[in-house]
Amino acid sequence: MHIVVCIKQVPDSAQIRVHPVTNTIMRQGVPAIVNPYDLYALEEALRLKDQYGGRVTVLTMGPPMAEAALRKAISYGADDAVLVTDRVFAGSDTLATSYALASAISQISKDMPVDLVFTGKQTIDGDTAQVGPGVAKRLDMQLLTYVSKVRSLDTENDEIVVERRSEGGVQVLKTSTPCLITVLEGNNEMRFATMANMFRASRYPVKIWNKDEAGIEDVTKTGLKGSPTVVSKVFAPTPRAVKAEIIQCESNEPGDLSVTLLAKMFNKHPKLEKEIAKRAV
Amino acid sequence: MSEETEAKKPAAGKRKLQLDESLLGYKGVWVFVEHERGAIHPVSLELLGEGRKLADMLGVELAGVVMGQPGDTTRSFCHEAFFHGADLCYLVEDPLLTDYRNEPYTKGLTDLVNKYQPEILLLGATTLGRDLAGSVATTLKTGLTADCTELNVDLEARSLLATRPTFGGSLLCTIQTLNYRPQMATVRPRVMAMPERDATRSGRIVEDKLGMVESSIITKVLEFIPDEMQDKPQLPFADIIVSGGRGMKKPENFKLIWDLANVLGAEVGATRPVVQAGWLDLERQVGQSGKTVRPKLYIAAGISGAIQHRVGMDASDVIIAINNDPNAPIFDFAHYGIVGNAMTILPALTEAFKAHLATARKAG
Repeated sequence: MHIVVCIKQVPDSAQIRVHPVTNTIMRQGVPAIVNPYDLYALEEALRLKDQYGGRVTVLTMGPPMAEAALRKAISYGADDAVLVTDRVFAGSDTLATSYALASAISQISKDMPVDLVFTGKQTIDGDTAQVGPGVAKRLDMQLLTYVSKVRSLDTENDEIVVERRSEGGVQVLKTSTPCLITVLEGNNEMRFATMANMFRASRYPVKIWNKDEAGIEDVTKTGLKGSPTVVSKVFAPTPRAVKAEIIQCESNEPGDLSVTLLAKMFNKHPKLEKEIAKRAV
Repeated sequence: MSEETEAKKPAAGKRKLQLDESLLGYKGVWVFVEHERGAIHPVSLELLGEGRKLADMLGVELAGVVMGQPGDTTRSFCHEAFFHGADLCYLVEDPLLTDYRNEPYTKGLTDLVNKYQPEILLLGATTLGRDLAGSVATTLKTGLTADCTELNVDLEARSLLATRPTFGGSLLCTIQTLNYRPQMATVRPRVMAMPERDATRSGRIVEDKLGMVESSIITKVLEFIPDEMQDKPQLPFADIIVSGGRGMKKPENFKLIWDLANVLGAEVGATRPVVQAGWLDLERQVGQSGKTVRPKLYIAAGISGAIQHRVGMDASDVIIAINNDPNAPIFDFAHYGIVGNAMTILPALTEAFKAHLATARKAG
């Protein structure tokens, strides 16, 4: 059993600030973390390894600093780590990213055939949920998205049964491995790193692959060249033409608010008053 | 795992917008009509409304794509699509399409695109839509923009302008698909307005075959376990919502939010930090990574108004904001603002509504 878990190093979006004057992102000092959704995928992979044996390889594409994310994954118990990094990947959109990752997974499988590829359901910086499906299609693997639970795995017959969150319910699906699974959040919790694994992580030689080592055959499918989409504009949202009417209420008395806010608002929106009166208890 | 956000500088200027000859034949706007257990997902109807506008701007037809098991129900979805703005529908009926599975749906939709060549293809950003859109875009090797909050066209280049929040919801970016067709985008439920239903409209149905056999489909559906709906809050369709943010200081203070919500018969919402802190359930999160809502009245207490939150609620008819910072961004898009301490203003507002409604009911 060999599971590849695709992870991404992302800026901790809770700590991103926008410069109030220039509207540019202030990246300085924003800590880089492992995409939180990917940790659910990694934990699920580690659990399967605990149960069925085998190896867990973590894979990421990114700048050299993304090595830290892989080391973190090793400290949780992953066996191997591969960083795909090359200038040709700069500016990749989701289609180009899926090409690079799929190539790298093919390379990894030369070492030991890959049975399962896991990813988080999406990242917190891009929020697209597109790379997982993209990798699956490029590797011609069955795709199972938003999986909340692996019910059973039959390593003899290469079969897996999972529960998949769908609109309005849960689908129970059976498919053949190898397949790609995007793991839904909230159904497991990342284990603590053991002392032994932390030591191992600090000394582990992360495999650092350039485009050739990652098996990239066609560089025009990578980076900006391989990306059908381009960002044509980045901007801050515009305030409404009319700013909020500021209600003065120094006393915070209900009577005051009745006059200053409610009377005014309902005068302008009589339908709203009726709507509320109808339903309110 | 998108790298979109890492394209730091707008690059459209450097790259050609001109279409290759082979792509000039791609015409028309398509909306994938998603349905579950006998009903169209509302997001598809919202998209038909938006797709109608795009099609009119481009001077082309709007088509719905309906896939499902053979029968009157599936066929009736085509007519619903006409009622909501479609000129025609592509219909693929096959027993293999009874439940959603990635493989047959990807093949069905990809084949239709290759055969009839639309320039724009829109899908709902649901679990189904995202699963399908990502697969179809990769199979067709074309561009896909997720979770758009605004769609427009650059008429000169006949290019879709897909706008979405970026950098964790702190800025917006407009994304274009250059020299690839179709241009694909997903939009989350409730982001676009529901168009008027016009039952006098009709259109033509173009039928197509799936061309697959069950034995060639590897993934099997063993079971479907429907959700128990009654307990789940339904924020996207609530008429009144009272939400709290980090400015509520501690979870106990949410009682003040619930009190006001009870008087108004409202749902309770929250921002991402509040949900991440575990004060409220994930189902109540409003914003880019939570639910998009369009209530008649939205009351925001202790919410600063980050874009992440704003894109989830700024289509509300009336927004009242309570915040102790007069410079909070929420006052840029609220209709009424109260500067002050939410912990004292909320109870006063609750009492004021109570009194006002009592009088209104007596009078009415």
